[in-house]
Amino acid sequence: MQVEGALGGDIQAIRRDADVISARQSGRQIAERMGYSRPDQALIATAISELARNIVNYAGKGEIEITPVRRRGRMGLRIIARDHGPGIEDLERAMADGFSTGNSFGLGLPGAKRIMDDFDVVTAVGEGVVVTAIKWMGR
Amino acid sequence: MSSRVPILRQGDVLIASIQEELSDGDILDLQLRILEEVIRCRASGVIVDVSALDVLDSFGSRSLSDMAQAVRLRGSRLVIVGIQPDVAYSMVLLGVTLPDVATALDLDRGLALLEAG
Ligand SMILES: Nc1ncnc2c1ncn2[C@@H]1O[C@H](COP(=O)(O)OP(=O)(O)O)[C@@H](O)[C@H]1O
Ligand SMILES: [Mg+2]
Repeated sequence: MQVEGALGGDIQAIRRDADVISARQSGRQIAERMGYSRPDQALIATAISELARNIVNYAGKGEIEITPVRRRGRMGLRIIARDHGPGIEDLERAMADGFSTGNSFGLGLPGAKRIMDDFDVVTAVGEGVVVTAIKWMGR
Repeated sequence: MSSRVPILRQGDVLIASIQEELSDGDILDLQLRILEEVIRCRASGVIVDVSALDVLDSFGSRSLSDMAQAVRLRGSRLVIVGIQPDVAYSMVLLGVTLPDVATALDLDRGLALLEAG
């Protein structure tokens, strides 16, 4: 679709903490170009940061795909965080506020879910994690 | 050393102004240097200005919180100033509220908070 081509998407390899910063910066830029409000740009960048950091911390490497999408005439920004790391054993617990195997706040997954409109996690132990999240415009 | 965050001294207060997005390494470096400077200068307080940051994720928030606790263990106090409105809103949605960390709107108010004791 023409609009998507014009806006452009982006796939970034995530391996180190510097990649976390560049992924969230490019997410913010794409959101800005699409016309998201400043608060929404900050929210999107924050969610990307959390998902990218989880890749670095728990899977070692993976990628973040950031793509403008359209559904029923409405524009959105889709973030896919994908890795082939150890996966998440107990997803329900991982999605709860404060649960962390990394001795940190345990707010990344539940927080990103609150920030985004659509949020879906597919994982299998030993196979990795795919998080798909969308923020729709003008909500 | 290539330190990316200047730490200035004003009276017995240290002021660290974060100018750009910091990598994890930079944040750990800043943590160490702030503690060293607090000890070296016998600083009564530290202000960390984050107004240039447009994202503070849970890791960044955690690092600031750790910094504040370490400074407090040294008998000094740390105040974070300049959290941008969009950043504050994102932190609330994330669920990061930093209950044990002093914050102020800007540098002047941060200094006033430290002076008030
Ligand atoms: N990509 C991932 N691969 C494996 N485990 C993960 C991944 N992302 C999250 N997890 C697991 O889910 C837990 C919760 O993640 P999160 O909510 O981001 O909190 P935190 O990163 O602070 O622990 C992590 O501690 C980890 O055990
Ligand atoms: Mg996390």
